[in-house]
Amino acid sequence: MPIFDRKDKSRYATFTRRTLMVTGGVNVVFAVLAGRLYQLQIVEGDEFMTRAEENRVSQRLVAPLRGRILDRFGVELASNRRNYRVLIVKEQAVDGVDAAVDAIGKLIYLSDHQREKVKRDIANNKPFAPVPVAENLSWDEFSRINLHLPYLPGIQPDVGETRAYPYGPELSHILGYVASVSQEDMRDDSDPLLSLPGFRIGKRGIEKEYEHQIRGKAGASRVEVNAYGRVIRELGRDPGTPGSDVYLTIDQQVQQFAAQRLGSESAACAVLDVTNGDVIALVSSPGYDPNAFNVGISQAEWTALTTNDHKPLINKVITGEYPPGSTFKPVIATGCMDNGLADLTVNCTGSMTLGNNVFHCWSWKKGGHGHVDLKRGIAVSCDIFFYEAARRLGIDKIHDTALAMGMGAKTGIELPGERPGLIPSRAWKLHRFGVPWQQGETLNTGIGQGYVTTTPIQLATLAARLASGNAVVPRITRYVGHAEQPRPTLNRLPFSDKALAAVQEGMNMVTNVPGGTAYAWRITQPGFEMAGKTGTAQVRRITREDRATGRVGNAGLPWRLREHALFIAYAPVQMPRYALSIIQEHGATVEHTHVQMARDILLFAQQRDPVKLRNAYPVNAAQNAVVRG
Amino acid sequence: MTTRSYAAAKRTLSIGDKLLDVNWGLVLLITIIACAGFAMLYSVAGGSFHPWALPQIFRFLIGLALLIVIALVDIRVWMSVAYPAYGVALALLLATTIMGKVGGLGAQRWLELGPLQIQPSELMKISLVLALARYLHGQAVEDISKPLKLLIPVAMIGMPAVLVLMQPNLGTAMILCADGASLLFLAGLSWWWILPTIGAGVAAVPIAWRFMHDYQKQRVLTFLDPSSDALGAGWNISQAEIAVGSGGLAGKGYMQGTQSRLNFLPEKETDFIWTVLGEEFGFVGCIAMLLLFAVVIAYGIRIAMASRSQFGRLLATGITLNFFFYIMINAAMVMGLIPVVGIPMPLISYGGTAMLTVMVGFGLLMSVHVHRQVEIPRHSSGLM
Repeated sequence: MPIFDRKDKSRYATFTRRTLMVTGGVNVVFAVLAGRLYQLQIVEGDEFMTRAEENRVSQRLVAPLRGRILDRFGVELASNRRNYRVLIVKEQAVDGVDAAVDAIGKLIYLSDHQREKVKRDIANNKPFAPVPVAENLSWDEFSRINLHLPYLPGIQPDVGETRAYPYGPELSHILGYVASVSQEDMRDDSDPLLSLPGFRIGKRGIEKEYEHQIRGKAGASRVEVNAYGRVIRELGRDPGTPGSDVYLTIDQQVQQFAAQRLGSESAACAVLDVTNGDVIALVSSPGYDPNAFNVGISQAEWTALTTNDHKPLINKVITGEYPPGSTFKPVIATGCMDNGLADLTVNCTGSMTLGNNVFHCWSWKKGGHGHVDLKRGIAVSCDIFFYEAARRLGIDKIHDTALAMGMGAKTGIELPGERPGLIPSRAWKLHRFGVPWQQGETLNTGIGQGYVTTTPIQLATLAARLASGNAVVPRITRYVGHAEQPRPTLNRLPFSDKALAAVQEGMNMVTNVPGGTAYAWRITQPGFEMAGKTGTAQVRRITREDRATGRVGNAGLPWRLREHALFIAYAPVQMPRYALSIIQEHGATVEHTHVQMARDILLFAQQRDPVKLRNAYPVNAAQNAVVRG
Repeated sequence: MTTRSYAAAKRTLSIGDKLLDVNWGLVLLITIIACAGFAMLYSVAGGSFHPWALPQIFRFLIGLALLIVIALVDIRVWMSVAYPAYGVALALLLATTIMGKVGGLGAQRWLELGPLQIQPSELMKISLVLALARYLHGQAVEDISKPLKLLIPVAMIGMPAVLVLMQPNLGTAMILCADGASLLFLAGLSWWWILPTIGAGVAAVPIAWRFMHDYQKQRVLTFLDPSSDALGAGWNISQAEIAVGSGGLAGKGYMQGTQSRLNFLPEKETDFIWTVLGEEFGFVGCIAMLLLFAVVIAYGIRIAMASRSQFGRLLATGITLNFFFYIMINAAMVMGLIPVVGIPMPLISYGGTAMLTVMVGFGLLMSVHVHRQVEIPRHSSGLM
């Protein structure tokens, strides 16, 4: 064929040869690719598999269910309830977050405070993270949101768990409250649960004291996340261990009655079971609403609580250190009985002189009590008798007796923040002020003034010890989970029965014999009678000028300067079961309102059927827990 | 058939004969590979034909029709349109590059012509192979290596390569150069040119480095040490390797690829689709796919060897090697063997222009096959 020459033949040969070379190159490349696949997938496959899993799977903590707090009969004092809330997801809110929040605002009330918080939270979170708009909605509000849901893009209704305190302020000082975790909390506690958004921990009271037992153990949820950290689905879940329930010794009914009886007074009251130290009621008034802290308290509410002169945030029962006033006299009397002063008799003329100082009896205007022995001294609360008794007894004997009565040291009640009070001694004063003890100070101590301070829980302990003769120690928890709380053995007090009997008789005369300082407010129901001791504590010094002008009564003074009114009591007299202490701050009145409160509370407690009460511990807390679990 | 004369081949092949002569085995193979691609696109969309699988199927069907039509057109027609096609492609490329520069849009790879979006660099890949095949068809082996004669093909390769590089699109420029170089090699370029050029190329690496864009330099640096930028540019490479590696021997199973489904993979439906295959079907799946590709390439080489015209041979090998370069660069890049350059996996990656380019290429390959008996004189311009 003429159109093809030899050159074409040779270039075909060249083409064929070089094509084979290229094919060889192609094969080499494929071999390299296959080799790389082998290396990645076979040799290093397991390692890459692990890394892909690490990419994919994320462990999320699951908050355990918080343990409940119950009273001695199993009444729920703190529990978990459903929290109906509304969340917003930024990326799903197609009309914008503001529009979505406005739309919700038309259905339920939203404060400016809440709106601001939503904006802040949205800015601080990833666009797919749900941010709460409103919490603790009523079923009505929640239904309204759900009904309008199709028109609310980006809004998610949600049901969570939240702490609930059904009895509100009346138990606030026992239970405390839960609130958001602070930086300090994080520093002291390494539990990873604390970093969970929205996690709450106990800040006061039992919630704080037993935080670790109530909190429970964190669960975990294994979730699949995508490259942006968004959760795609849950792979597995370990719900964790729910927190332990705490059973208190409190009787909610008595607690409620006492709280209502104290009303809005700045006051504190503790009721103990003298047979074992169980705290039946412990009220510090006014209280606060613990639910408010859980939800998130506003600045205004916080300011109102902290600036209130009745100090609603303070648990006065265990942190209030007051001069015991005349309620200290039974301590002096007990000391006298066992230190050779059992037959002491003093002639009260209204005043006595020691050195250059004149000491007055509260009855100085009426010319004194005349001849007073120990029992009558208690009954009429004769200051002169106890000045003389204290002078003879000496400060160190007083100190020892008071300590044996449970004063001057923390009782060890299972609540955070307890204060020890103070029982002075020679050594203490020398150490504290560097000057020796003065005898005049012993006289002041004799009527519970001067350096002596006690807490209401110590005064209730004093009443219980005087009533039973046993070293009663107050305890407020009975069970934590299934574990019965250890209880100190009841030792006999280091006083003779004769001494205790004499003081008990004196305290019986206070209420049940005409002339006693509290006779007018005695319990008259047969079998329920109480014995007690009144007291007032000066918050300012009564000057000579005051006595001259007669400005001693409280009515003419501003509230802050009036004397504190105190009362300790136990009942029934014949076979004591309940001991009580009460203090009404700046509440000393001629009507003795605090004694009336004490009378009513003790009567109410006794009428709760003591026989039943004695055996009424949660029919067995352990059994209950199992049934509930 | 082998006995059929040139005249018979030229005059008597009817449309029906040509249809029968199409290499249906190769068409089937291509379809199988494309179907695997659809399956991967269906998987990365989370088990949905939207938004990728369905348009891709549609484009493949158009491409398949195009392939058949092109296969039936006489190879000499393609030879005669080679230069005009190259001219048009070069003009469009120039227009795109100028518009890109003037428009100040940075990377400019698309040209908008009314409703059509054209990627001239893709057009150029086919046109360059056509034009070079035509040019080299006219040259005797002894002439190719003469400096003046060599200047023309080098310019034909260089002009579009520089324009594409200016877009900037390093990957496509590399493929254009590789296409051109391999055709020159196959046409019989003297080793006296080849070896010094390779040497100069190696020596030029430091110089090229200075002219590279920052993002290109970054890619190279990241490639050399992915952990240096584990959450930035290295992220893509690491995640791609994790995806392929975690597939293990048999893969995690269809639609079970966590890396792709959870968006750890970048560009998972386009350039990085190979990693989805690796993750879901493992070593077995990847090797099977590589074998399918290898068989396609073997088909292409066999078609080239069987052609009785130098134009046909060069065209067939050029198209085949272009296909091969895509595979090589894409697979090597997603498996961390070379720096990341934007090259899709042919037939599998989502993308209209790439799919059509590949199918047009296979059409020309098929045309060479159908017209393998056609002999074209060295000095012919191809016209019938």
